[in-house]
Amino acid sequence: MTNTYLISGAALPDGTRTDIVLRDGVLAELGTGLSAAGAQRIDADGLVALPGLVDLHTHLREPGYEQSETVLTGTQAAAAGGFTAVFAMANTSPVADTAGVVEQELSLGEQAGYATVQPIGAVTVGLAGEQLAELGAMASSRARVRVFSDDGACVWDPVLMRRALEYVKSFDGVIAQHAQEPRLTVGAQMNEGAVSGELGLTGWPAVAEESIIARDVLLAEHVGSSLHICHVSTAGSVDVLRWAKARGIRVTAEVTPHHLLLDEELVRSFDARYKVNPPLRRREDVLALREALADGTIDIVATDHAPHPVENKDCEWDAAANGMVGLESALSVVHASVVQTGQLNWTDVARVLSSEPARIGRITSHGQGLVVGAPGHVTVYDPSASRAFGTADLAGKGVNSPYLGRTLPGRVIATFHSGFATVLDGQLRPADEVAGSAEQRMAARV
Amino acid sequence: MSARVVLQQADIARALTRISHEILESNRGADDLVLLGIPTRGVLLADRIAGIISEITGTPMEAGSLDVTMYRDDLAKHPTRTPAPTRIPASGIDGKTVILVDDVLYSGRTIRAALDAINDIGRPRAVRLAALVDRGHRELPIRPDYVGKNLPSAQTERINVRLAELDGADLVSIDSAAS
Amino acid sequence: MRHLLSTRDLDQESAVRLLDVAEDMADTQQREVKKLPTLRGKTVVNLFFEDSTRTRISFEAASKRLSADVINFSAKGSSVSKGESLKDTAQTLQAMGADAVVIRHPASGAPQTLATSGWIDAGILNAGDGTHEHPTQALLDAFTIRKRVHGIASRGRNLDGLSVTIVGDILHSRVARSNVWLLTTLGATVTLVAPPTLVPVDTRAWPVTISYDLDEALAAGPDVVMMLRIQGERMRDAFFPNSREYSRRWGLDDGRLHRLDPTTIVMHPGPMNRGLEISAAAADSPMSTVREQVTNGVSVRMAALYLLLSGDREN
Ligand SMILES: [Zn+2]
Repeated sequence: MTNTYLISGAALPDGTRTDIVLRDGVLAELGTGLSAAGAQRIDADGLVALPGLVDLHTHLREPGYEQSETVLTGTQAAAAGGFTAVFAMANTSPVADTAGVVEQELSLGEQAGYATVQPIGAVTVGLAGEQLAELGAMASSRARVRVFSDDGACVWDPVLMRRALEYVKSFDGVIAQHAQEPRLTVGAQMNEGAVSGELGLTGWPAVAEESIIARDVLLAEHVGSSLHICHVSTAGSVDVLRWAKARGIRVTAEVTPHHLLLDEELVRSFDARYKVNPPLRRREDVLALREALADGTIDIVATDHAPHPVENKDCEWDAAANGMVGLESALSVVHASVVQTGQLNWTDVARVLSSEPARIGRITSHGQGLVVGAPGHVTVYDPSASRAFGTADLAGKGVNSPYLGRTLPGRVIATFHSGFATVLDGQLRPADEVAGSAEQRMAARV
Repeated sequence: MSARVVLQQADIARALTRISHEILESNRGADDLVLLGIPTRGVLLADRIAGIISEITGTPMEAGSLDVTMYRDDLAKHPTRTPAPTRIPASGIDGKTVILVDDVLYSGRTIRAALDAINDIGRPRAVRLAALVDRGHRELPIRPDYVGKNLPSAQTERINVRLAELDGADLVSIDSAAS
Repeated sequence: MRHLLSTRDLDQESAVRLLDVAEDMADTQQREVKKLPTLRGKTVVNLFFEDSTRTRISFEAASKRLSADVINFSAKGSSVSKGESLKDTAQTLQAMGADAVVIRHPASGAPQTLATSGWIDAGILNAGDGTHEHPTQALLDAFTIRKRVHGIASRGRNLDGLSVTIVGDILHSRVARSNVWLLTTLGATVTLVAPPTLVPVDTRAWPVTISYDLDEALAAGPDVVMMLRIQGERMRDAFFPNSREYSRRWGLDDGRLHRLDPTTIVMHPGPMNRGLEISAAAADSPMSTVREQVTNGVSVRMAALYLLLSGDREN
């Protein structure tokens, strides 16, 4: 097994053609006409090299929901999608609300080796929204947790939210809010609007998201802390964020790939693959989100990868679980929704899918870009490819993808995590090989 | 597709007149006689026969219609048939002689369905059958009492009955479905 | 007709055809022998995940009068209520050889999911799904209106020129939705009257006029006034203050009844809350079609089952 790779003739995000040498886990050389003894060569002619992608919002399901996903299968999905780091949401069982659970999560990621797993800690004990979790203990654990979220549930109590924002200032943490006013969304099934009225599905009004964001940016301003908004989904939320940023409030925001591409009209099929929280919104919202991502009002794209067992989607709409898998398709969906429209170039893509999510998540080992000396996280992407997205493109356990049967542009050809290949020739490398590389790397670090 | 005309307007008129006379003869007059046409063209033929009989006897006679759609045994083998109304003359059919009138007698299954339909409406003294054309190929033990014309035909052929009220002109032709 | 899931995707021609077939069915229901042999050998399953004795009995009568074998599969107290999924139930019915499934389900869209899932080949007939649609109720309402207006000359006619005012909880009413699509497809003009809390937030795409004022709507002289059942529990969720206020502002009370033109048709899909959305006098007046609606329900459901189960099912 080699640990030197020569990626030849790739285009950097800015369009510069270059060779890239990865050696001993780092990006060792950049330039044209490079050669490296014993290196495995990847012909990247016509391909784009991106810094390894970072997902700030992944549900890995382990521990507790291993029938949906495990750290291994979830990071395999990540690698297949070109990701080298994922932030694991806290809504596992047990909930990631103690140092023990986040350290376990971290270790599982290290063993699997497909991507860096950075645990997110719960804001409140058991995500119950009543009592602060041991934020400090998680922060000073081996997992060095900096992002805290009750995602899946909103930190609804304004006092609790205020305290959380204040408390994490002591270690430069950030609260990632799942903005959903619970009383306004009791039994909600889809976006509230013209389509919900016709279909007779209980509505999830935009105001339930916007009112929480408005409250929380004001709270963040008041206590001088930083706030991150998960999966922004409405045009109104964009307006609130734009206002807050103009005011100098330390708020960042993410949008999911599916909210950039899909809209509520799809719900007319009652196909539960389109059931997600926050729900698919109107076309106007989709367009506003694209614009906000282009102008920086929304900082990053995060997948909200949410695998579910087949039976949780193969049922009537009301009974179906919320969520879509998204890691494997994210780059193609971003490509289709904002690159092909001319709103983002590949430098922007590198920003919204790598450097900014790493910065917001306070990790330094990722998101440094393709510079000599940076850790060897590289994604090689073929932007000219086009494929009918199918279950063969899914590498995790979940098949609840809304894109099955759709034609998506692009394809991840190779992914390198810390200088080791996790994907080559568009194929996931075997688990034992990747775990072996990871073990070598861990041993070298000691 | 080639079409061969087998009955012209005058032939049809003559056949219906003959059938009307035969009905009156075998029934010994028009008393207690109920004509029921089977939709669609059987109803038109029954109306015409009723008109001829009215002229002969000098007393007005009305024909009814009997829809058999809901009594068919080939529900799933054909495109959905839309039922037509059933109209039974006010005096009903109990104790009467019912003359079923259809345009083409073929397998006999329509008549089987008609007999079932009659059964659910009342109990006639007798049921007779009049058909403008008998093309053979019976699949059930059913035979007509009054026939306009016997037309031995191949099963691949189509008997096309056109009547002025619906189709603009009276005409019976055999269409041989070539390929 | 492969399935009957909603009235929204019925065009005028197929709607009129269904009503005409229902006329033929109604004719047979005047006879001494009401039973037709049409669906002999066919199995119709009444799959009810919600209690509704009235609707189930109506479908059962319709199936039996067409000589189908009827299996009643009620979710209450069966494996279904113990967590068996819709999919498992559907596959069971498939294995039993169901030709048609009449489904009532609390989840909007469940019949469509059943029809498009591939779990079962049977024709699916929506007998009410969540707050989405209740197509046979709308069809029997249209049938009843047409019969009242056109009598024996009903066949082949639409509802051109008629105005229908539907009053009550539009937000949660599948009857209202199905009627909005069907009655307007048939040419009627529809006005919805409700407290603003009980109207969906965005109805710009609905082919209707919306009013919050019942007296104003009634003063316009509609041909038909359809009162919807109001559920008591809506009070808890603050949709309106209390039943007294609801009744005073949106109920068809005796005063409003007497101000109506005596030719106005008063309808209610049942079951009625007498004294709440409709007064006893209104429910029992000659203007009321409440009992006709029940009778016509059987004919309309016979027509729907016939159209569902006849024709080439392969296509
Ligand atoms: Zn969330």
